[in-house]
Amino acid sequence: MRTGRTARAGQYVALLAYLVFLAFPFLWLISTAFKPPRELGSLHPTWIPRDPTLANFRQAFDEQPLLHAALNSLIAALGAALVAVLLATPMAYVMARHRTRLARAATGWVIVSQAFPLVLVIIPLFLVLKNLRLINSMPGLITVYVVWALPFALWMLVGYVRAVPPELEEAAAVDGAGRLRTLVSVTAPLLAPGIVATAMFAFVTAWNEFFFALVLLKTPEKQTLPVILTHFIGAEGVADLGPLAAAAFLATLPSLVVFALIQRRITGGMLTGAVKN
Amino acid sequence: MTSVTEAQKAVRPAPGGKERRGVMDRGAWFLVLPALIPILVLSVGPLLYGIALSLTDAQSGRTRPTQWIGTLNFTDLLHDTLFWESFRIGLVWAVGVTVPQFLLALGLALLLNEDLRLRWLARALAIVPWAMPEVVVGVMWRLVYNPDAGILNETIRDLGLGDGRDWLSGLGTALPAVVVVGIWAGLPTTTVALLAGLQNTPRELHEAAAVDGAGAWRRFRTVTWPALRPVALSITALNLIWNFNSFALVYVLTSGGPGGRTRLPMLFAYEEAFRYGQFGYAAAMGCVMVALISILLALFLVGRLRGGDEA
Repeated sequence: MRTGRTARAGQYVALLAYLVFLAFPFLWLISTAFKPPRELGSLHPTWIPRDPTLANFRQAFDEQPLLHAALNSLIAALGAALVAVLLATPMAYVMARHRTRLARAATGWVIVSQAFPLVLVIIPLFLVLKNLRLINSMPGLITVYVVWALPFALWMLVGYVRAVPPELEEAAAVDGAGRLRTLVSVTAPLLAPGIVATAMFAFVTAWNEFFFALVLLKTPEKQTLPVILTHFIGAEGVADLGPLAAAAFLATLPSLVVFALIQRRITGGMLTGAVKN
Repeated sequence: MTSVTEAQKAVRPAPGGKERRGVMDRGAWFLVLPALIPILVLSVGPLLYGIALSLTDAQSGRTRPTQWIGTLNFTDLLHDTLFWESFRIGLVWAVGVTVPQFLLALGLALLLNEDLRLRWLARALAIVPWAMPEVVVGVMWRLVYNPDAGILNETIRDLGLGDGRDWLSGLGTALPAVVVVGIWAGLPTTTVALLAGLQNTPRELHEAAAVDGAGAWRRFRTVTWPALRPVALSITALNLIWNFNSFALVYVLTSGGPGGRTRLPMLFAYEEAFRYGQFGYAAAMGCVMVALISILLALFLVGRLRGGDEA
């Protein structure tokens, strides 16, 4: 379609405004992370640190158990991703291939579960986990994360299963392959990229999660990165800006990398999800 | 799946509806249960337990046994002006974030659907807010809003618009300031969803309309919007609900202050439950929130159905 020159110029101005709006807080975070205390205290801050330093990173690691928190986050996120995908894949397969009442109910649950205020679920879970002595423990947190990730994992996986033509499975069946054989040797390989994308999405969600971690993890040596980050902000809301920025920047990198890898697949999943349901 | 009979083949609907109807066999149940049991036990279960708790005087760290008190928590809630104030703030926040965000995202999606040079950069950058932990988004904007060392006030000073202010601590500025952060944080998701919807719009239809002499606005109204409507409604409904229930962002930015001006319902309920130990009362708040959200969702679904089944 032809677009007039003024219209084109307007489009570029709008695009530029969008890029600035998207980028400027992030650039400011990076800039702050590399500034020495003297520049952070100045009343006229600059975009580019005049005297860039890594001192904030060192101080951040000194002040809070960042490395340990990163390890906790990693365990929680990996555990949640693996278990969620392992449980969700078989069910998603059935939901995609059989149009039963259960499949409909499960799809409905995905939407409904998004509507809960988490506080209504966390209070009972807190009481149950407390009785099981799973407060302040990784297994407890992972359990909560798995259940929390399941609906969305199901939703994504159903889309991926639907993209695998049933004709392929039927052909294998005609060739005499049993059901399990068909699933393992025909369906699973075609589904693998979708399963990986779903697992990575569950990983990022758990890595970024804050509310459950805040409620369930009591001691600093058990806490995940997002919770530890809030310790940099003091009781009166006064923050040591440099180390805070440094730690925040580090906490973002892993999810940024994973997300960059799967972003296209998620978009595809959202598209099929939004259109087919 | 092992036997596909001719009869089944015959009743199978035309392309588009490939699912098989009928009862699930035992093998299928075997596949379903590993996910179904955790969902029922750890999701549906706590939900019902939570509703039950809302009818009790459950508190943390108390020796006296918990008692049924009927709807007392709910009648208390009715008179709790702080709760209704937080509810009002929650609605202002949810609508204040969702509506501008949708309009911006719609414009952006239309923009990114065009052949523009910097499109790749916009798409690449869009990952940043999307992938960031909410806590980090909050931290980041605290740095931007910082009264002395923040870039916002410095820009205001550079432009000669005054000295700037302490945005997050001002009674009048705190809520608008956090709303801007909310818009920023969810803009990419909404944009990408709408963009995905746009790319589903048949291009030929657009071109045919252009050949027929339809202007840009008319093409949008008659071709683009009808195709986009289902996606737009779904994402808006979800955004309203997510925003109403959000917690981490505002917790990090203001902790609900100043003077409760940004105390969203979730922050209020969190404090009641985990700072003051009022489990029963907080559960009742959760119930009221679910009820009102359900009404909202129902209204949206009705709107979607009335628009016909374009999907």
